[in-house]
Amino acid sequence: MEWDINAIPHINEIPAQHGVFTGASAKILHTFNERMHKDNKIVGSLREAIERSGLQDGMTISFHHHFRNGDYIVNMVVDELAGMGFKNLALAASSLTDVHEALIPHIQNGVITHIETSGLRGGLAEAISDGLMDFPVVFRSHGGRAAAIESEELHIDVAFLGAPSCDPYGNANGYNREEENGSCCGSMGYAKLDALYADTTIILTDHIVGFPNAPFGIPESNVDFIVCVDSVGDPKGIMSGATRFTKNPKELLIAKTAADVIEKSGYFYDGFSMQMGSGGASLATARFLREKMLSSKIKARFALGGITGQIVEMHEEGLVEKILDVQSFDLVAANSLKNNRFHQQIDASFYASYSNEGAAVNQLDFVVLSALEIDTQFNVNVLTGSNGRIRGAIGGHPDAAAGASLSVIVAPLTRGRIPSIVHKVNTVVTPGSTVDVVVTDQGVAVNPLRGELAKRLRDNGIPLCTIEQLQKKAESIVGDPEPIHYSEAIVGVAMARSNSIIDVIRRVREA
Amino acid sequence: MRRLRRSMLFVPGNNPGMIRDAYIYGSDSIMFDLEDSVSIHEKDAARFLVYNALTTIDYGDKELVVRINDLGSGLGLADLEAIVRARPDVIRLPKTDSAEDVLQCEREIARIEREAGIPLGQTGMMAAIETANGVLHAYEIATSSKRLIGIALGAEDYVTDLKTVRSDGTELFFARNMILNAARAAQIDAVDTVFSDVNDEEGFLAEARLIKQLGFNGKSVLNPRQIAPLHAVFMPSEKDLAKARAVVEALEEAKQRGSGVASLNGKMIDKPVAMRAQYLIELAEAGKPATMGEGV
Repeated sequence: MEWDINAIPHINEIPAQHGVFTGASAKILHTFNERMHKDNKIVGSLREAIERSGLQDGMTISFHHHFRNGDYIVNMVVDELAGMGFKNLALAASSLTDVHEALIPHIQNGVITHIETSGLRGGLAEAISDGLMDFPVVFRSHGGRAAAIESEELHIDVAFLGAPSCDPYGNANGYNREEENGSCCGSMGYAKLDALYADTTIILTDHIVGFPNAPFGIPESNVDFIVCVDSVGDPKGIMSGATRFTKNPKELLIAKTAADVIEKSGYFYDGFSMQMGSGGASLATARFLREKMLSSKIKARFALGGITGQIVEMHEEGLVEKILDVQSFDLVAANSLKNNRFHQQIDASFYASYSNEGAAVNQLDFVVLSALEIDTQFNVNVLTGSNGRIRGAIGGHPDAAAGASLSVIVAPLTRGRIPSIVHKVNTVVTPGSTVDVVVTDQGVAVNPLRGELAKRLRDNGIPLCTIEQLQKKAESIVGDPEPIHYSEAIVGVAMARSNSIIDVIRRVREA
Repeated sequence: MRRLRRSMLFVPGNNPGMIRDAYIYGSDSIMFDLEDSVSIHEKDAARFLVYNALTTIDYGDKELVVRINDLGSGLGLADLEAIVRARPDVIRLPKTDSAEDVLQCEREIARIEREAGIPLGQTGMMAAIETANGVLHAYEIATSSKRLIGIALGAEDYVTDLKTVRSDGTELFFARNMILNAARAAQIDAVDTVFSDVNDEEGFLAEARLIKQLGFNGKSVLNPRQIAPLHAVFMPSEKDLAKARAVVEALEEAKQRGSGVASLNGKMIDKPVAMRAQYLIELAEAGKPATMGEGV
């Protein structure tokens, strides 16, 4: 009997292109090795990749900052885009640094008309503080950026992602397993999310390796084109050998005090979780905690965040069971990611996305973070300097402070003639409601919102003072700085991690 | 309460960054140096800096000491003229070889005190003994002036004078004992020399234990990192502390009974035992986290 396909209920509702099976497509008879060379995602030039990406004027391009100050990718790509005549592009980088001063002429020529980033430094920060751009720069935290990408508030049309290694199908990673030399950045945490959400993802690499480049940071399923370049960055600028353990006695004093506070806080127990921000004092805190862990036989379940050699050392001696690494700060960390199976690379959303209830920051017992300024409302500024100009980066600061059960901010009371504890921060980056303890070289203050914590610390012999006392002490040493005079013009907008506006950065009026 | 001198933090007089917050590290005394750590070209600047620091910065309850250049160098008198007026607790004399060195300095200090309207005798003195000759005159030096709160060993110059170098402390054994014995005979403090290799934590600890056992009150330290380990060495053990507390309680109890004789576990508490107990309790009190008190 003739089989009637139309007898199947609802068959007409299945779109026509699905059709009926008529036999396999032609079988490829090349070896895998031949296929890999003939049929892959590698294109002849950056220009060709851009042409094929569908990029148009007015669109948004993205970059990661895992190459830090050694990055060649941003300047290389924007130079090419300028040469091709693109205008009015939005540049959304996970962060920008000194080396991106080279963007200034492209901003002046209208190639780049909007910037989103975690931070700005050096010449570009200076120029933007002086009003280089008509449209304010949007500053987001790493977790805020992840949430904005996920909600399409930040839609990436084309992502240009540098990678120290990549196979012909786009499996990319922050190190190279095939040979020891070449560039290396460790985790590709911020790039992973861009690759996943961008309409088109282009990998730029200086090391094509055989398929499969496993384990990988970015999977081929998120990659459209691959461009081979001579070099993705300057290895010396990408990362240093090992983050130096500070010998500065003041930083050590602050770190020791912070470790004492943590020990007595109730959040130091067998199986705790932690994050240590970058900066001498917060990194040194890990050293003092290590001694306490050894003497009281306590282990950490995991360490999160930007990872340094110090955390790796603790992992390798069994004090930290697992490492969740969104960004590797030094070569020791990068090598550990390569060699230690419980050192896991995670993306920015996993790390800290505001829209991700299960983000790793929400599993933190405590975090130690540094600050440029802290005010008497416990608000923290890590973005603008005491002169009101942009000079830093939000990073994961507000994400970790909000997520951790105990957020500890470490800072010297004064830096030279500049007070760190002030009446009002120039820019609110991390809201005071998420900051629990401020540790300075001259006193520890607990947020009045955490009365129970203050009591616990006092009961355990940690002397406390008020944040107002710290502010007055700083003022008694360096005096009250003259107020900064701002104009109406807004050069930057600081977003809370929820991506609502938490503060604006105004242009400083010339004296 | 008697002043403890477990640690005397050395602060170069030409280093404003360290001078500004030298009080945060928890040393018992701070010694601003105008002598060997300041090059000849910066003597005036350092003197000016230390004078202004002493008259403007609140160092809390720290004992403030200034090491001047010796009077023979031609700089010492100018140091005294400025520094005595800034009213430090103590002037430290370097390279003291004889009682006359102390007396000569004392006369100048007294004159400046009178000129500046400072109560006569308010400025304390401390003599550092740094030569073979000085060590032989330790007792004479220690008893030369009522202003002296202590004598100290300066080992770097001393070992050079002896034609040796510093090692495990064998070479300093005689000098340490001479100075210590002289200080105790004169009933003033004895302060040991610095340990220069700040990265050698083990060596530092060994030396700290040695000088504590010899009987020194404390040591000069070059780096704030040396303070906490030094204080830990001077921290009495829980067992000794419990015994000391029992002694003090027994004394209190006897006092309340109106009895002049106290006893503990059937044994009479004599004066040396009582004094040692009191000293141990003071050390323990000072060993508490005191770097940052309430109210900054």
